[in-house]
Amino acid sequence: MGVGSSKNRVDAWEKVTGQAKYTADLMPQNLYTAKVVHSTIANGWVKSFDLEEALKVPGVVKIVTCFDVPDIQFPTPGHPWSVEKAHQDIKDRKLLNRRVRMYGDDIAAVIAEDDIAARRAADKIKVEYEEYPVILDPEASMKEGAPLLHEEKPGNVIAHTSFVLGDGSFEEAACEEGLAVIEKEYRTQPVQHCHIEVPVSYAYMEKGRIVIVTSTQIPHIVRRVVSQALGIPIGQIRVIKPYIGGGFGNKQDVLYEPLNAFLCTQAGGHGVRLELSREETLGCTRVRHAFTWKIKGAVREDGTLVARKYEAYSNQGAYASHAHAIAANAANIFKQLYQDEKVLESDSYTVYTNLMTGGAMRGYGIPQGDFVTECVADDLARAVGMDPLEFRLKNCVKEGYKDPHLGIAFHSYGLKACIEKGREYIRWEEKRKAYENQSGPVRRGVGMAIFNYKTGVYPISLETSSCRMVLNQDGSMQLFMGATEIGQGADTVFTQMAAEITGITEDRIHIETVQDTDTTPFDTGAYASRQTYVSGKAVKKTGELFKQRILEYAAFKLKLPCGDMPLGEEKNAEAGAGASEAAEACAESSAWKRLDIKENQVIDKASGEVLLSLAALAEEALYSLEKSVHITAETTSHCKENSFASGVCFAEVEVDMPVGKIRILDIINVHDSGKLINPSLAKAQVHGGMSMGIGYALSEELLVDEKTGRPLNANLLDYKIPTAMDTPNLHTDFVEMDDPTGPFGNKALGEPPTIPVAPAIRNAVLHATGIAFDSLPLSPQKLVERFMKEGMIGAESGKLKGGETHV
Amino acid sequence: MYDIEKYYQAKDVEDAVRALEEDADAVVISGGSDVLIKIREGKLAGCSLVSIHGIPALEGVRMEADGTIVIGPATTFSHITYDSVIQKYIPALGWAVDQVGGPQIRNIGTIGGNVCNGVTSADSAALLFTLNAVLELTGPKGTREIPVAEFYTGPGRTLREHAEILTAIKITRENYRGFYGHYTKYGKRNAMEIATLGCAVHVKLSADNMRISEFRLGFGVAAPTPIRCFKTEETVKGMAVTDPELYEKIQEGAVSEVTPRSSWRASREFRLQLVRELSVRTAKEAIEKASGGEADA
Repeated sequence: MGVGSSKNRVDAWEKVTGQAKYTADLMPQNLYTAKVVHSTIANGWVKSFDLEEALKVPGVVKIVTCFDVPDIQFPTPGHPWSVEKAHQDIKDRKLLNRRVRMYGDDIAAVIAEDDIAARRAADKIKVEYEEYPVILDPEASMKEGAPLLHEEKPGNVIAHTSFVLGDGSFEEAACEEGLAVIEKEYRTQPVQHCHIEVPVSYAYMEKGRIVIVTSTQIPHIVRRVVSQALGIPIGQIRVIKPYIGGGFGNKQDVLYEPLNAFLCTQAGGHGVRLELSREETLGCTRVRHAFTWKIKGAVREDGTLVARKYEAYSNQGAYASHAHAIAANAANIFKQLYQDEKVLESDSYTVYTNLMTGGAMRGYGIPQGDFVTECVADDLARAVGMDPLEFRLKNCVKEGYKDPHLGIAFHSYGLKACIEKGREYIRWEEKRKAYENQSGPVRRGVGMAIFNYKTGVYPISLETSSCRMVLNQDGSMQLFMGATEIGQGADTVFTQMAAEITGITEDRIHIETVQDTDTTPFDTGAYASRQTYVSGKAVKKTGELFKQRILEYAAFKLKLPCGDMPLGEEKNAEAGAGASEAAEACAESSAWKRLDIKENQVIDKASGEVLLSLAALAEEALYSLEKSVHITAETTSHCKENSFASGVCFAEVEVDMPVGKIRILDIINVHDSGKLINPSLAKAQVHGGMSMGIGYALSEELLVDEKTGRPLNANLLDYKIPTAMDTPNLHTDFVEMDDPTGPFGNKALGEPPTIPVAPAIRNAVLHATGIAFDSLPLSPQKLVERFMKEGMIGAESGKLKGGETHV
Repeated sequence: MYDIEKYYQAKDVEDAVRALEEDADAVVISGGSDVLIKIREGKLAGCSLVSIHGIPALEGVRMEADGTIVIGPATTFSHITYDSVIQKYIPALGWAVDQVGGPQIRNIGTIGGNVCNGVTSADSAALLFTLNAVLELTGPKGTREIPVAEFYTGPGRTLREHAEILTAIKITRENYRGFYGHYTKYGKRNAMEIATLGCAVHVKLSADNMRISEFRLGFGVAAPTPIRCFKTEETVKGMAVTDPELYEKIQEGAVSEVTPRSSWRASREFRLQLVRELSVRTAKEAIEKASGGEADA
């Protein structure tokens, strides 16, 4: 087994049978229930509360308002803490806020004996506000005289970064005669993660400490942020993370754990549970940042990309959370995926508004950045009448590329091989030609989009990960990771890695899935596409040390003579001579190097001869009257490497123009993610990502009322995630190259699958209809309005009567 | 946890009527797929419920001696879809209620609840309109019958009085015999959806299959209540199925009779385009079935 095999998930049985314990399954009896009271205005101040009626509701324990919380502002993103002040996350929210910055802001909380009492009381709380105009987009927010959302950030701009690559300006480059120049705006919408398990936690006090059990991707960071938010030492806080039902980045933010902890202290340490509703999850947690772009591009007739100008506005919403890191990332892919012959100008703004707060979400700004990058690529190719695949082969990032600012490189490069595989699968040339001249109401097209993606966050942030291995007395292993299983299969691949390195088979490796900050080694958590790469290195490093310790004991037990000569020769040389004393010394020597472990047996490395079972060794090691050792290993891997993964999506669509519906006839993602640790899980990862990408492309969009900022569709009926009936067969393929920086030749795969899907579909619709849709989602009404405007459908189009099938 | 103040399980229809008379604020619950959502949303939080779930007289589909098909209002969507009488005589109804939500909803939601909820988007409603279904209501003063097309008085409002229970949905023989129907549900996705527009057609052709002898066109979400397009139906009556103007007449007529509104879910213009398109597509489908002579009565 080991790496490279499609081992079943280590938690498959528990999850399928319902035995796996999630936060809500672990709740003890008699917890109080907390209900957050959300503002019903989007911008202004809470002037006062009238709690009289609410406090009369039977079962209410206490009501805490924004006037009662510590005067402490804290950050929420799941970043490693920076010890340099300039790089620290923005501290811009309190546990409950008097200054209301979004509809549904947290302004008070009811603690009650049960859910119904809490809700009834919350409904009876009367709030007096001072209201300001609602600002929903960066343009309005940046206008002179717009209400200031955070006094620390004049002009509501969190950050503005810019760079120029190459010489001169775009305008100068675009002066060249014969260039085709485009100037366009593109736009993406806010969407939500929609993890199946809503944010849920409970907190209680024990021996003066606060214990929080929570559904999070980042237990160690939750611990730090709770400490910051409540102003209590980190050692006073214990965070436990059981199985979790998905996160996709929303739980890479510290959402309600600090408030839950605080409410627990307000209830005298009594246990308090805080579980969000789906509506609150959609309306009050985090979203994928909405972007608007102003883009200029210039291309020579032969398809050479000459210059581009990129101007991005990232809608941060009410609080900073991950803030400008998202916009910076989006600008990176625009820079990295294509190299302009002359110049690239890039400007990015991240701006506070009264929208829901933007946070981390699978791909971290790259699905947005790739959408604009790949729309522009198709639009430029079209401007010079070039096949978009040929345009990409000519202009896309080449082998050996290194980011000029970050220094991140492709240590293995499979992008063009991915394009070739996908091209062949979808039969690109044949279909591009077949769908060239259509005139009916139902039309088909094929489109593509490529991407690249950095695996971890080095050198932007710290990458640190720890692992601990403990030998049980039967020769099996306990494996403790600081990194978290969040549904992505981390526990399974860590187990495979540990087996690969130590020679202990997977069935004898017992990974602890629960992270408990009291006992779990440190890791910053599950985010980026870093687990198999960064935490994988920790498994490898620890596994090597663990194995050495086992073999050292084996060398002692086998009374091997010192030195690292092959075993047989030494046996002959030193037969019988006072071996016992020598063996003791040899434990510290290099004798162990002659040994190895294979399938739970200590073997002679050279001959393969089985010398000792691990079970016998482990028992002896613990109980030996001569030398008792509890064999364990724990190391931290500080990762100072990174590598680009890449890939492509090809989509074939059918557009039913009179009703604005897009049907995906065929779709494939091909990934360059290095060596696969578990091919089945890799495929599943791609399926999930593609499904997310399809929703982003076609139907998902959080809408708010323009006047009030109130969410219109914060529920799973009106927020349209694709159902099984909307999802085509998802095809996957891989170009497996050994990445020298990966612990097992692997690089990113967690986030990448979701990245190229939306632009590939958009480009397929462009091929089918000749219409370039420049905003997401490609919703039916948007399509119908545009087709009507173009006279392609509708009462006046005459020639296009409905009901025809594809011709 | 649902905020329900009181819950009463009625033994039979009479008992339910009595319980409703006693509590002026009580709400009838059958499958619960609408009521529980309203409780959860807070609109009906703290309400009292009178349950008619499990009353045998309200369940099942049967045919009376005169050929009238009687659908028990507490029959779930799944049971209607797979009922042999429905499959044989009015398959379009089985199809229409199979478009509701997802499998779980269809296993619990009932056709009577769908109708009494009073919303224009009910998938069964537009179709029942084209069958001239008659609703039997039982209340303190006894029983009365109302044609479904007169039942709706506004969004979420019907003629059902507080203490009345819908006890039967009746479709007489002349309203299904020789008719062929189809229902098109348009939603933004293909399941777990409330209709952006629903279009129902039932058509009866002349003996030689050449002419339209009767045409019935119903819509959901094209007006504040489900509607029939009676004028269009008259216009089309007698036209040859091969008449090149047939579908234009249907399309133009439909657009002139509907009154959709703009909301954040869909604009009026978009819905009108759907009316234009779906009226034709649905009519074609129904006429094709009629010409092919599948399923009969």
